[in-house]
Amino acid sequence: MAKTIWFHMQGYRDLPKDFKQRYESSWVSPPNRELCDSEKVREYVNLNLDELEFADDMGFDGVGTNEHHANVYGFPIAPTLTAATLARRQSDAAICILGTTIPTTVTMRVAEEIAWLDCMSGGRIIAGQPVGSAMDTVGVGGIPPTQVRKRWYEGMELIRQAWTKPGPFPFNGKFNKLRNVNPWPLPLQDPHPPLWLAGGGSLETYDYAAKYNYAYSYLSFNGAKYAKSLMQGYWDVIEKAGLDDNPYRAGFAQFILVADTDAEAERLYAEHVENFYNKSMHIPPHFSAPPGYMSKQSLENMMLKTGTASPFLTKQDPTFKDAVASGAAICGSPDTVAEQLIDAIKDLRVGHLIALMQMQSMPTELTKMNTQLFAEKVMPRIRDIWKEEGYVDHWWPSGATRNADVAQTVAAGEAK
Amino acid sequence: MTISPKHVALTGNLSPNPVIAAGDGSPVVFLHGPFGQEWPGFLEDLSATHRVFAPANPGAEEPADLELLDDLHDLVVYYDELFDELGLTEPFDLIGHSYGGLVAAEYAATYPRRIRKLVLIDSMGLWRDDQPVNEYVTVAPEVLQGQLWHDTTAPAVAARLAPSEDIAEAQAQFMKEYLSVASTAHFVFPIPERGLHKRLRRISSETLLIWGAEDGLVPSAYAQEFQSRIASSEVRLVQAAGHFPHVEQQEEVSRLVLDFLARTGGK
Repeated sequence: MAKTIWFHMQGYRDLPKDFKQRYESSWVSPPNRELCDSEKVREYVNLNLDELEFADDMGFDGVGTNEHHANVYGFPIAPTLTAATLARRQSDAAICILGTTIPTTVTMRVAEEIAWLDCMSGGRIIAGQPVGSAMDTVGVGGIPPTQVRKRWYEGMELIRQAWTKPGPFPFNGKFNKLRNVNPWPLPLQDPHPPLWLAGGGSLETYDYAAKYNYAYSYLSFNGAKYAKSLMQGYWDVIEKAGLDDNPYRAGFAQFILVADTDAEAERLYAEHVENFYNKSMHIPPHFSAPPGYMSKQSLENMMLKTGTASPFLTKQDPTFKDAVASGAAICGSPDTVAEQLIDAIKDLRVGHLIALMQMQSMPTELTKMNTQLFAEKVMPRIRDIWKEEGYVDHWWPSGATRNADVAQTVAAGEAK
Repeated sequence: MTISPKHVALTGNLSPNPVIAAGDGSPVVFLHGPFGQEWPGFLEDLSATHRVFAPANPGAEEPADLELLDDLHDLVVYYDELFDELGLTEPFDLIGHSYGGLVAAEYAATYPRRIRKLVLIDSMGLWRDDQPVNEYVTVAPEVLQGQLWHDTTAPAVAARLAPSEDIAEAQAQFMKEYLSVASTAHFVFPIPERGLHKRLRRISSETLLIWGAEDGLVPSAYAQEFQSRIASSEVRLVQAAGHFPHVEQQEEVSRLVLDFLARTGGK
């Protein structure tokens, strides 16, 4: 069965209409004292957590949170903070941290915090470790672009060792010089929470996923059609590595907006879709692709593809109709949404759907309506995907037992 | 004028440095700024009476070199080996522009006896909270251009800024600048100040500090900051010039530098 994670980006819901005209970027430099009112954030943070808890109650397989900094469409800072509030609830849903930004964080602190959360939650944690966007790592974090990936590789190695080698032991890295690696506690899951990777299509990350047999999620706001060639690239790497085609190796993020009818969906969501693409995606290339963040080879590939002198093209903002036509947002009646999602999940061959259902400016009532309609009318139809093939999800936390009966029934059927 | 670089081999797994070299006479080394190796008219002027070497920042051509160079200490040692390979056995003259000025000053403070005379042009390397050095890596191109130049319509400047109409050539230009900026950011991003102020006292050679009066990237206030820390140093402010005085006022800067290098004795 395909699993659905209800994912909250925790953005700033009210931005001025002329945001794009007035400000350089939605990330790194939107001035805090002009735009970020702490009284409003007090309200948003609590709404965000309410919405995540609501999704948990609605029966989603997991709830998810991430890390971004100085970003209008999401500034949850440390995902372990959000996860801690969710871990305290009585629940059998997975808590998907996707993820912590290792290059800018004290790596041992990540290993310790996630282990703590895993104990707190009863082994429900997914430990996602994306490399990190250039905005977070270079723009906000101040890491030289050429060092981001190196810090990530080393951090991954340290976390893996911290969770598997008996402590204390020394670790002599370039960025981490430690005499006593000895995290208290170790994670509850044995040997540790599933490590997930995430990215926007960089080849180095596919290779890493194949090398260590980690799950990979494609994160973008462009929808399944755009993701197709990139996910195919991932599956090609997996095949070349001699690994199986288990769909639980893969996940992808998708905006999903449900209403009773297609027309009603447009009436309710169009402004939020356009608001998102106009304001949140207002990120200039000097923040998204600073020199050195992308490898020479990747840049050469990009130049080859675009055939332009400067390959970092600025796109026009899609209208609501564009976003729906391209599949960037899957929006409509439960039937419309289910049909498109089933196609997308099968086409990309993913076992984990990361459902983005609160789109920055969306009010909380609308978010909950969207969430409930999806849970009641769409999710049951998605559950059937990959059911007959009987794949086992090796990348799901062992303490997240929600809907495990469904999985077990499938497995039992397979055993006969 | 285009002069083909001569690839100078280095030890270990480092790739050769594509040093541009021309002219005859006493040796002068020029370390370029953040936007890449070049052979501007200024160097052409110097090469009339000097043997001029213009190396590239390591990693600007082959990014894998940066795996072997973590910090400015590694970089200074890198240049020491390169200077040996160039046959610079006697004290030689060193010129650094911008980021290259920071590297030149670090080198001169580490190996003071290897330098005959030092020239720093609009050099990075120091920091004042009231006059912050501006950003050259994560900045909009149009904002950066506004900081770099006194007059972008002047022929010498306009020619530099115009992208080639040939796509392949324009892509090569883009790639060169991308990798150059990346390779310099590797050592100094996001603040090009790594404790040089503690080490400048070690510089014993006569030092000329040239600054574009209208530099918007590294404000001219830094000329005094360098001067107050280097024992035998003098400042020459160049009017009607931004961050590249040797391009915007080539004739004047060439004369200043050639006179300074030719002069014997005290100030």
